[in-house]
Amino acid sequence: MPTIFIDNRPYTVKKEGGNLLHACLDLGFDIPYFCWHPALHSVGACRLCAVKQFRDENDTRGKIIMSCMTPVTENLRISVDDPEVRTFRAGIIELLMLNHPHDCPVCDEGGECHLQDMTVMTGHVYRKSRFKKRTYRNQDLGPLLNHEMNRCIHCYRCVRFYRDYAGGRDLGVFASHHHVYFGRHEDGLLQNVFSGNLAEVCPTGVFTDKTFKRHYTRTWDLQTAPSICVHCGAGCNTFPGERYGKLRRVRNRYHEEVNGYFLCDRGRFGYEFVNHSRRIRQPFLSRRTEKITGHQEGTVTTEGLFKYLSHLLHFGGKVLGIGSPTASLEANYALRTLVGPDHFCSGMSESEADLLLEISRILRSGPGRSPSLRDVAMSDGVLVLGEDVINTAPMMALALKQAVKNRPMEKVKDLGIPEWNDAFVRIAMQDEKGPLFVATPDSTGLDEIAKEVFRAAPDDLARLGFAVANAIDTDAPEVTDINGPLRALTATIASALKDAKYPLIICGTSCGNKALIHSAANIARALCKTGKPASLSFTMPECNSLGLALMEAKGIRKAFKSAAKEKAEAVVILENDLFRRADEESVNRFLDSIANIVVIASVSNRTTEKADALLPCGTFAESSGTLVNNEGRAQHFFRVFVPEGMSEGKIMESWNWLCRMLAVTENTRGGTWKTDHDIAAGLADELEIFKHVPNAAPPPEFRETGQKVPRETHRFSGRTAMLANKTVHEPKPSDDPDSPLSFSMEGFGGRPPAALIPRYWSPGWNSVQALNKFQSEIGGPLRGGVPGQRIIEPKQLGPAKINKEPFFDDIPGAFNARKDEWLFVPLFHIFGSEELSSMSPSIEELSPKPYLALNADEAQKLGFTDGDVAYVYLAGKSYSLQVRIRSALPPGVAGLPFGIPPLEGLSLPSWVRISKEEAAG
Amino acid sequence: MNREKLLLERPLTGAMRPDGRPLDIKEYEDTGGYQALRKALTMTPKEVQEEVKKSNLRGRGGAGFPTGLKWATMAPVEDQRRPRYLIANADEMEPGTFKDRILLEGNPHQLIEGIIITSYAIQADIAYIFLRWEYNVSKHVLQKAVLEAKEKGYIRENILNSGYSLDVIVHVSAGRYICGEETALLSALEGRRALPRPRPPHATLVGLWGRPTVVDNAETLCNVSHIMKNGADWFKGLGRTSDGGTKMYGVTGKVKHPGAWELPMGTPVREILETHAGGMADGYKFRALIPGGASTEFILEEHLDVNMDYDSLQKVGSRMGTGTMVVLDDKTCPVGFVLNLERFFSRESCGWCTPCREGLWWTERLLDAIENGKGEPEDLETLQSLTGTMGIGRTFCVLAPGAMEPLQSALKYFREDFEKHITGNRCPWR
Repeated sequence: MPTIFIDNRPYTVKKEGGNLLHACLDLGFDIPYFCWHPALHSVGACRLCAVKQFRDENDTRGKIIMSCMTPVTENLRISVDDPEVRTFRAGIIELLMLNHPHDCPVCDEGGECHLQDMTVMTGHVYRKSRFKKRTYRNQDLGPLLNHEMNRCIHCYRCVRFYRDYAGGRDLGVFASHHHVYFGRHEDGLLQNVFSGNLAEVCPTGVFTDKTFKRHYTRTWDLQTAPSICVHCGAGCNTFPGERYGKLRRVRNRYHEEVNGYFLCDRGRFGYEFVNHSRRIRQPFLSRRTEKITGHQEGTVTTEGLFKYLSHLLHFGGKVLGIGSPTASLEANYALRTLVGPDHFCSGMSESEADLLLEISRILRSGPGRSPSLRDVAMSDGVLVLGEDVINTAPMMALALKQAVKNRPMEKVKDLGIPEWNDAFVRIAMQDEKGPLFVATPDSTGLDEIAKEVFRAAPDDLARLGFAVANAIDTDAPEVTDINGPLRALTATIASALKDAKYPLIICGTSCGNKALIHSAANIARALCKTGKPASLSFTMPECNSLGLALMEAKGIRKAFKSAAKEKAEAVVILENDLFRRADEESVNRFLDSIANIVVIASVSNRTTEKADALLPCGTFAESSGTLVNNEGRAQHFFRVFVPEGMSEGKIMESWNWLCRMLAVTENTRGGTWKTDHDIAAGLADELEIFKHVPNAAPPPEFRETGQKVPRETHRFSGRTAMLANKTVHEPKPSDDPDSPLSFSMEGFGGRPPAALIPRYWSPGWNSVQALNKFQSEIGGPLRGGVPGQRIIEPKQLGPAKINKEPFFDDIPGAFNARKDEWLFVPLFHIFGSEELSSMSPSIEELSPKPYLALNADEAQKLGFTDGDVAYVYLAGKSYSLQVRIRSALPPGVAGLPFGIPPLEGLSLPSWVRISKEEAAG
Repeated sequence: MNREKLLLERPLTGAMRPDGRPLDIKEYEDTGGYQALRKALTMTPKEVQEEVKKSNLRGRGGAGFPTGLKWATMAPVEDQRRPRYLIANADEMEPGTFKDRILLEGNPHQLIEGIIITSYAIQADIAYIFLRWEYNVSKHVLQKAVLEAKEKGYIRENILNSGYSLDVIVHVSAGRYICGEETALLSALEGRRALPRPRPPHATLVGLWGRPTVVDNAETLCNVSHIMKNGADWFKGLGRTSDGGTKMYGVTGKVKHPGAWELPMGTPVREILETHAGGMADGYKFRALIPGGASTEFILEEHLDVNMDYDSLQKVGSRMGTGTMVVLDDKTCPVGFVLNLERFFSRESCGWCTPCREGLWWTERLLDAIENGKGEPEDLETLQSLTGTMGIGRTFCVLAPGAMEPLQSALKYFREDFEKHITGNRCPWR
C-alpha cells in the first residue's frame, strides 16, 4: 500500500494500481472533477481535477497534472491547495461558464447539480466574457428523458455511459470545437433501456427525468427513504422521493453487490402507478356484506369494516389465503399465519409456482451458487439458457455487457495498462469479447455481444443444456440423438465454460420448461465437479418470487382445488390480480364459489371489482417490508411517505391489515405482532431459511447517537405552510414506530448504517456525487456494511461429495413442429410485460400492442404478411392479433407478448391453432 | 554540378524535375533509387535501426524527436500482436507549411522507398500514408507510385526474396488539422472520431487498432533511403550545426521570392530570408517572423542571425517547428495576423478538452473585438491569462499550447499595437 504526500503530509493509499483522483477522493479530499466517473473511469478530458506534482521536497515550482490520469506511485508528492493550481481549476470552471446559460432558476438539476457544486468548490464567481453564448437546438428523445443542450459542458459522460458502458448506438457526439453536440442523428426515442441513467450521469441539466418534470419539485423538498424496486426480480436499490403526498421520482440507490450505480428504465420510470387514478383510497364493502355489517354500501367505517372481518374470521369456516410474489415476506407470512399453511398459496400461476419451487430447491442444495449482479459482471464465461435477459432482468443484461470485457481485460493488464485508463483499455481491447452464448427461442438484445447464438424451442434448448453438461462431465446423462452442428456448438460452449475462471449459467422460468432448469443445474454441477466455482443464476418473474418459493408455498391451483373440493367460506387475496395468474374461466369459477372475498390491494383491477371487502393497502413507497431478489438476498424497503388516509386507517400497509386481522382472531403466533419487524422475527423463528431476514436492516428501535434518521433534508421547506389550508395548527409529524427513520427533518445528520441511508448529501456535494462520501472505498462497499442479507448459500461440498448427488436426467425428446398447431412461447418486454410499471403513462406509451409473432416462412405458409390479422383460440377464448414477423423464431414456434392485456393470465408455452378467420368455439 | 554531386548535397530535392512533375519509377531508379532498399534488406532490421540512430535524424514534423530512438521503442517482435504498422504522416496542415507537399508531388518514390526501409527496420506488416484531404494532386501521384512500386516488386510478399513482406496503403484523411496530431491520426485512421489519445502508453506499444505502431513525418522518411545509401556520417556532415542532414525550409509573406529550399540543417534565418527569399519585397520593411508554421513564437530583427535548427531557436524563445517561415511586414497588422491564426486554431479544435474548446473560442472573440475596434482594456489581461491556461500539460494535446505561441509572443512584442487598437477603437492599419 503506497504512501503519498499531499500538501506535505503522508497518507496511505488503500488501493494499489488506482489513479490519484480516486485515491484522494477515498481519503476525503474534495477535488473537483467532471469527466471521471467511478464506473466509467478516467479519460482526462475536462482538466478540472488538476493538482500540482512536485519532484521532491526541494522542488518549489512543481507541474500541473491531471489527477484522474496519474497512477498512484510510492512517494508521489502533490499539492491540492497550491495557489496556481487553484487558480487553474477556477479558470476551467470560468471557461465552462462562458457558454453556460443562466438556467439555474428554471433548471431541474438545480439543487442537485454537480456543476453548481464544482463552481462553488473552485471559487469562480465573476463573469468576464461579454460575448454571445452559443446555443443549440434540442431534440425530442422520447417520453423518458428531456434534452436541453445549451447547458452542456461537454464532459462526454453521456456518450461514454450510453455507448461504452450500456452498449447503445443511437446517442452520439457530433460536430467539433465549441459546438460539439450530444444527441441522436435525428429526433426519436433513445433505444437503449438504460437511457434513464443519463439523468444521473449528466453533471448538468442536459439530460433530466422527463417524468419528474410533469410533477416537479426541488430536490431538497423531497422526502426520501431507502427502498427496493418492485418491477422485476433483480431487487435494485432505489430512492423514491415524495412531496405533497405524491411520489415524484425514483433515483438510484447504490448497492455494491446488486445494482451498483445504475437502474434500468423500467425501474426508474415505472413508479407512476403510485399516483394513478386507479389507486384505491377508500375501503369498500359490497352489498353482500350488508347483512353482516348492517351498513349502507358506499359509507364504510373502520368499525363496520372490522365487524365484517372479525365475523368472517370467527365464523369457523375455511378461509383461504392467496399471497403474492410482489408483496413482502412479512405480508405473505402474516397471511399464511392467519389462514394456516394448509390454506395458504403463493398466488403464482401453477406452472410458475412449480418451476420456482424446483429452482429454490436447486439453489438451496447447490452446488451452483446464486451470484449477485456484481458476481455476474465478473464472470468470464457465460451461457444464457432460455432467458431474454434484457427484458426479464434488465440490470443483469447490463452486468453481462461488462462481463464480456473480463477476458480481453487480461490482455490489457499484460500490456501494463491500468484498468482506469478508459481510452486505452478500449483501444487495447478493440472488439474482442469474452465468451457469451445466448440460447433462446427468439433473438435478444444481447445477441450482438454474444459469441454464438442458438435459436430453438424450449425442449431443444434443454437438450443443448444437457449436452453441454455431458460434454463437461461424462457422468452427466448424454443426449444421444444430437446432430452435427449442435454437437459442435455444445463442444464450443463446454470448452469456454471449462476455461473460464468464473463460469456462469443463467436460466429462469420464461420458457416454462422444467427440463431446461434441470439442464442448467446439471451444467453447474458438472463444472463444480471439476473444481470450478460455477455460478447458477435464475431470473425471477417478480420482486419476491424467490421469497415465496422459499416459503414452499404452492401455486394458485391449490386454492382452486381446495375451493372445489370443499366449500371455502372466505378467501383473503393479497395484492394479486388472479386474472393474471390463470385463465378467466377458472378464476371466475373460483371467485363465484366463495361467499366472502376479501381483497387487500393498492390498485383496482378485475379481482378488486369482485371484492366483498376491499382493503386499500400502501404501495412499496407507502409500506415497509422485506423482499428476496433472484440472488437470494433479503433486502428491506422502508416507507417513504404516509399517504393521505393512512393516519385515519383508511389505507394501511398490507401487513398491517393482516396484523389487525390476526389480533382479532387472537392468533397464538401472530396475535401480538405490532410492527413488520415483529412479523419478520416470527418468520425467522418458524422457517429456518429466513433466520437472517431480521438482520437485513437495523430494527425499529435502532438509533444513531440516540436519534432517528430523518427522511427529509435539512433544507426541506414549507413544513407548516403546506397544511395551512387545512389547519393553522402545526401538527406533529407522523410517527414511525416501524423503523429507525422519521418523517421529519430532525434527526441524525451524518452517515447512518448503509441500509438506512435516506439520500446522498454531504457539505458541498449536493449532487449524486455525494455518494463518494458514503462509500468506504469509491466503487466499493458502503460504509456501515452491505445492506441486505444473502439467505441462500449452497452447502460447500468437495468434489467427492458432489459426486454422490445425482444429475438430473429428464432429457426431453427433440422438438417436433406440428402440422396445424404452433408452440406458443411468451416473449417479454421491459415496457409492458410487468403489471405495475405499465401503468406509468410514459411506459404505457412505449409498450407494444398485443401481437402474434411468427417467422417469415411460417407466416407465408399460413398466408400472412407482417401486419395482417390472425385469430388464435386459447383457454376458451378467441383473440384477434396482428401478425409480426420475427425472423429468428424457429419453425413450429410462435410468440405472444407476455403480460399485455388481454393476454395476461394465459398459461404458456402452449400448443395453439392459428387461423385467418375467427375460430368457432 | 553533376547529378551525383547534387544528390550528395541536396538529397531530398536533387533528383527533382525542374518542371515539378513527379519522377516515375524508372526515372527514380535512374537516379539511384531503390538501391538503398536493396542494401537495407541485406542487413538485419536492428542494423538498419542502428544506422539511422547513429545519423541522429530527428523528426521533421515539428517536434524533433530522435527518429532512431522512436523506432527502438517499438514493441519487440516477440510481442505477438500483429499486424505491426508504420504510418507516414503526410497530413500537412500547419498554416504556412507546404514543404511535405513539394516532396510528395515531386518525388513520391523517395517517400515510398523510405517507408519500405523503415517498415523493414521496425518489422511492420502494413504501412499507411495518411494524406491531407486537400492534397488531391499528391493523392494521384502517390497512388500511381505505389502501383508502380508494386509492379516492380518493391511492395509485396517476400520483397526481393528477402523474406520480408509489406503492404502500403494510401489513406486520404477526412480533413481536419487535429488528424496531424499523431494519436488523433490513429483514431481517424480507425474510422473513429479524430480525438487524441493520452500518453502513456505510446503508439509503439499500443497504436493503430491496439497494435505496435510508429508514426513518422513524411519529410523524415524521405531522408531514410539517403542515410542507408550514403551512411550516417555523411548525413551528420551535411548540417551546419550539431543536427545532421538537410532541411526543407520555406518562406512566405511579403518577400521578393517566397518559396521552399532544401538547405543544410542549421542555416541561419537571415541567410534563408535574404539570400534565398531575396529579402523583403519593395516598399515593405521587416517586423518579425514566425519560424516554423503558425504554432511558433515570433522572432524579431535582432534574432535573425540564429541558426534554424531544433535547439538554437529555443534560446531566443521560439521553435523551429516545421521550418517554414511566415513573415510579418510593417504594412500588416499584427493583431489581424494573430487573429487569422487563432480563427484557424479555434475552428480546428476537436472539442475534447475544456481549455482548448472554450479558451480558443474566447481568444478568437477577444481578438476579433480588438481588431474591429471593440476591444476593452481588460481584454489584454484576459488574453495573457488564457495563454497560461492553455499551456503545455494543462490541455490534452498540444494544439492549444501551439495556438498560444504566436499570441503570447505577439502580446510581448506588439503590445503597443494591441493597445492602440483598444484606445483608438480601430485598427490603425485599416
